[in-house]
Amino acid sequence: MTSTQIPKLVGEPIRRREDPRLITGLSTYVDDLKLPGMLHMSIVRSTHGHARLRNVDVSRARAREGVSLVMTGTEAKAWGEMLPTAAPLGNSATRYPLSDGVVRFVGEGIAAVVAGDRYTARDASELIDVDYEDLPVVVDALKAMEPGASLLHPDFKTNVCVTVPVGDKEATEAGFRDADVTIKQWMVNHRLIPNPMEPRGVVAHFDPGQETLTVWSSTQVPHLLKWLLSGLVRLPEHKVRVIAPEVGGGFGCKIDVYAEDILCSLASIHLGKPVKWIEERTENFMATIHGRDIHAEIELAARSDGRLLAQRMNVIADIGAYQQLLTAAIPTLTSLMFPGVYKVPALYAEVTEVYTNKTPTDAYRGAGRPEATYFIERAMDLLAHKLNMDPVEIRRRNFIEKDAFPYQTATGMAYDSGDYEPALELALEKAGYDDLRREQEELRKQGRYLGIGVSTYVEICGIGPSAMVPGGGWEGGSVRVERTGKVTVLTGTSPHGQGGETAFSQIVAEELGVPMDDVTVLHGDTSQVPFGVGTFGSRAIAIGGTAIVMSVEKVKEKAKKFAGLMLEASPDDLVYESGRIFVPGHEDKGVTIQEVANAAWGGTVLPPDTEPGLEATSYFEPSNCTFPFGAHVCVVEIDRDTGKVELKKYISVDDCGNVINPMIVEGQVHGGLAQGIGQALMEEAVYDTDGQLLTGSFMDYNLPKAEQLPSFELYRTTTPTPVNPLGAKGVGEAGTIGATPAVVNAVVDALKPFGVDHVDMMLRPEKLWRIMQGGTQ
Amino acid sequence: MIPTEFDYVAPSSLAEALQLLAERGADAKVLAGGHSLVPLMKLRLASPSVLIDVGRIAELKGISVEGQRLHIGALTTHAEVAASLEVIRNVPALAQAAHEIGDRQVRARGTIGGSLAHNDPAADLPAVMLALDAELVVRSAGGERTIRAEDFFVGMLETALRPDEILTEVRVAVAPQSAYVKYPNPASHYAITGVGVSLQGNGSVTSARIGVTGAAPLAFRATGAEAVLAGKALTADSIAQAAEASYDGRELLSDIHASAEYRANLVRVLTRRALEKITT
Repeated sequence: MTSTQIPKLVGEPIRRREDPRLITGLSTYVDDLKLPGMLHMSIVRSTHGHARLRNVDVSRARAREGVSLVMTGTEAKAWGEMLPTAAPLGNSATRYPLSDGVVRFVGEGIAAVVAGDRYTARDASELIDVDYEDLPVVVDALKAMEPGASLLHPDFKTNVCVTVPVGDKEATEAGFRDADVTIKQWMVNHRLIPNPMEPRGVVAHFDPGQETLTVWSSTQVPHLLKWLLSGLVRLPEHKVRVIAPEVGGGFGCKIDVYAEDILCSLASIHLGKPVKWIEERTENFMATIHGRDIHAEIELAARSDGRLLAQRMNVIADIGAYQQLLTAAIPTLTSLMFPGVYKVPALYAEVTEVYTNKTPTDAYRGAGRPEATYFIERAMDLLAHKLNMDPVEIRRRNFIEKDAFPYQTATGMAYDSGDYEPALELALEKAGYDDLRREQEELRKQGRYLGIGVSTYVEICGIGPSAMVPGGGWEGGSVRVERTGKVTVLTGTSPHGQGGETAFSQIVAEELGVPMDDVTVLHGDTSQVPFGVGTFGSRAIAIGGTAIVMSVEKVKEKAKKFAGLMLEASPDDLVYESGRIFVPGHEDKGVTIQEVANAAWGGTVLPPDTEPGLEATSYFEPSNCTFPFGAHVCVVEIDRDTGKVELKKYISVDDCGNVINPMIVEGQVHGGLAQGIGQALMEEAVYDTDGQLLTGSFMDYNLPKAEQLPSFELYRTTTPTPVNPLGAKGVGEAGTIGATPAVVNAVVDALKPFGVDHVDMMLRPEKLWRIMQGGTQ
Repeated sequence: MIPTEFDYVAPSSLAEALQLLAERGADAKVLAGGHSLVPLMKLRLASPSVLIDVGRIAELKGISVEGQRLHIGALTTHAEVAASLEVIRNVPALAQAAHEIGDRQVRARGTIGGSLAHNDPAADLPAVMLALDAELVVRSAGGERTIRAEDFFVGMLETALRPDEILTEVRVAVAPQSAYVKYPNPASHYAITGVGVSLQGNGSVTSARIGVTGAAPLAFRATGAEAVLAGKALTADSIAQAAEASYDGRELLSDIHASAEYRANLVRVLTRRALEKITT
C-alpha cells in the first residue's frame, strides 16, 4: 500500500480554495493589469433620455495634451459592427457602440476618449460639447404602447418589439368557462440593477506584429466573447484571445458583449497599444444592463375545491431602449415557467416586449424564473384568499405529484424530477406554521401585524440543451494527469464567485483518488482551456461538472491500459479505486495513478493502439434542463407607525438535487435570498419622466446589507436529476426565485385586516403605512 | 469616480491652516474625515483647487468636560464621540446620534466638525446640536468667534462659516435627559427624519428643546412640542400631545424615499419615540 487513503470529498462542506486570495487582495482583476504603454479610455455618455445629436464637437478634446484618440459614432460605425444580439426577436433594434445620431437612454455612449492616464481621459471627455435636440421621452411600457406615443425606433412605427403567444388559447378559454372561481390581478415586477461588486472592465491589447488581439474582460463567457468579438472588430477568430481574469461577480449582467469590449479593441487596433477601460460605479448603474421590469395581468380559473383549470397571462416586458445579447429572450424564458409547481391543465399567455427610454434589460439572477414564480405564487395566494382557504392548502391540492415525473407542462417544458410536498412540509414544520397562525391572531388583537408568507417554486437550471441556448448549451472540460501525478483541470465554464474551482476539485480528486491539493482548476483563458460556453443559468456543475466527469472516466480507462501493461493483466480485469489500479484480490500489487501517469507520459512502452499521455477532453450536451424546487416561509411584522417591515424569520428549503459542497450551496442560497428579499423590500430602479435614473448610486439604490436581513434558516431535500450523472441540478439562482413572492405574500398577509389582497412591489414603508392609514397604495 | 486635479496641503498647526485658508480662500476646501467632501469630488460635484487637510492638527481633537459644558474638538471622529463615556453620561443624545451616523467606516473617519460644516440636510448631528443648544467655535487668521447652532445652520449645505474660517470646537450643555432617534434612509443611512430631544428639570420639565433633521431643507426646532412639554411631567399623555404638536405645518422635503406627508408622520412618531427613550 503506497497511496494514502483519500477522504470523502463530494458532499462535504469544504472551505473554498478561492477565498484566501480573494479576501487578502492577492487576486488579479482587470483593473489590476498594467501593461507597458497602456492607454486609458473614458466614455462620454448621454445625459438626456431621448435626443437627436445635433453636433458632437470633439475638437477641444482632440487638442488636449495627452489625448491619443477620440472616437465618435462615425469611427465606431466605420471600424466595427453593431452590438450583437444572440436571440433577436421581432422588431430588433440594436446599436453601434457609440450613438450614430440619436440617444435613447441616459448612459448611452456618445464618444470615447483615449489618453495616457485615467485622469487625462476623464478631463478630456469633459471638453466634448454635445448639442442635444430633445425628443419626447417615454419610460413606461404601457404608455409606450399607446397610440401617438413617442417612438424610439420610428422605422418600426411602434414601440412594440414583439408579441409572443404561448400555450393553447382555446383550451384555456374552455377552462375559464368551466370555472367555479376566477381571479385576475395586474402585478408589477419592477426593474432592478444587478450591481456586481466589481463593475465591468476591459483591457484590449492588439499586437501589430503578430496581428493578434488579446482582451481581458470582466465577463462570464470568455469563449462566446472571443467568438462574437472577432466578428465585431473584423479580425479572424484565431487571432483573438479573451481572458476573464478574476471576476468579481456578474449575476448575469456580464454575459453581454458590451460597447466597451468593442471600443477598447477598436482603439487598441487603431493605436497599436493596450487600452484599458474601467467602469465607474455611476456608469455601472446606467450603462450595464438592468433586470426584471416584466409585468403581467394574471388570471386563474379553478374549481370550488381550489383545483386549477386554466391560467391566462398578459405579460408586458419593458426591455429598455435596445436589444442586447439576450434581452428579447428573457421575457420568453419567463413564459416557460408560468405554471410553477402546479398542475395547470391549460395555459395561454401573450408576452409583449416594449421599447422605452431606459437602459436595456437582460439576464439578471434568475432571469425569467423570479418573474414567473412571483406571478403564480402571488396568484395562488389570491385564489386561496378568494376561496377562504389557507395558502398552504391550495398549494397542496395543486402540486404536480411525485410519480408524475418527467412531467410535461402546458408551456412545453419537461420537468425532470420533483417531490414538492415534502419540501413544503419541512418548511412548515421548521417554521412552526400552525403556531405562527395562532400567534398572528393574538397579535392582531393587540394591534400588531404579523404576516406569514409561503412560496413554493420550481425553476430551470443546467441551461441547457443547445437547441434552447443561443450560442450553444453544452460545456467543455479537460482533465490532464501531469507526469508527477498532479492534476490540471480545464473548464469552459467561467466561475466568477461561485466557488467552481473548489467544487470541480472535489469531484476530480474523489473520482481520481488523489489529494484535493493535487488538483488545479484553470478557466477563463480561451487560449488555455478547451472551447466552452460559460457560467450562467446555474449550469456550471450540472453541465461543466459533467464534462469534467466524462473526462475523468476517459482518463481512468486510459490509465487502466497502462496499468495493464505494468501489472501484466488485462485492463478489463482491473479496478480503479482510491487512486490505485489493481486486480481484485491482488491489491498489494497495484499501481498508483501517479506511477501510471509517469509511465504514460514517458512513452517508452505503450499499450496497443494507445498514444502517450494521460489526458482527455469532453463536451457534454445535456438532454434536458434540470428543474430544482423548494419551499420558503417568511415571517414579517409591520410597524403600525411607519410601515417598516421587520423580517422576523426566514426558512428556505431548497432541493437542488445532489450537492457537491453544502457550504457553497448555502452561500449561494444566502446571496440569492438577499437579492430576492431585496427586490421585495429594498431595491428598485426608479426613472423620472425625463428618463433620468433617480436611483443612480448607492445613496438611493438600497443594495441589501447584512444588518437588513434576518439569520436565514436553510434546509434541503434531495431529489437527484436523471439528466446528468452527478444528479446535480444547480443552485445559483434558487434563492432569488423563491424569496420575492414569500416576502410579498407575508406582507400582504400581515395587511389583511386592512382589506387588501394584493400590494405591488416594491414594498416601500410609506406605501404600507398609507394602506394602514386606510388610504390607497 | 475620478476627481479633477487639485493641490493638497497638510498643515501641522491650526495657525498654519488658517494662514493657508486666508491665502487660498474661496477655491480651498478644508478636508477633515473626507466622507462628505471626497465623494462629491469623485462625482465632480465639488472641484476645489486645493484641499487643506486638517487631519494632523492635534489641537482640534479630544473631548473634555468644562463645568456644565462638554467641549468636543472638531476633528473628533463619530466613533470617538459615540464611545466616549463623558458623552454617553452627560449628553446621551449626542452619543446616540454619533453611533447612528453612516456605517462603521464612516464613523471611523468622519468627524463631528466636518459633518457640521458640511450641513447636509439629512445629517444626524444638526438635530442634536439644536436640541442641546450647542455653541460652535470658529477661528480665522483674524480671530475666534462663537456661533449658536441655530445661527450656524443657514440653509441646505450652507452654514455661517466664512470662507476663511475653520470650525474648531463644539460646546454643548450637559443634558443627561436627552435622546436621539432616527428613521434612516435604508440605502445611504442618512436620516430621512431624525429627532433629538433634550429636557431639563426634575419631576416636571422646566425646559425642552427638540431638533428635527432630514425632514426639511434645514434642521429646525419643534417649538410647538417644546411649549407643550414646558411645566409638565413626562407622561404618556404629555408625550402624545408633544408628538402631535411637533410638526408645525412647514414645507417638508419629498423624494422617492418619503413624501412630505410621510415625513410629517415621522416627525410625530420620532418625537414620541425620543421622549419615550428618555423615560426608559
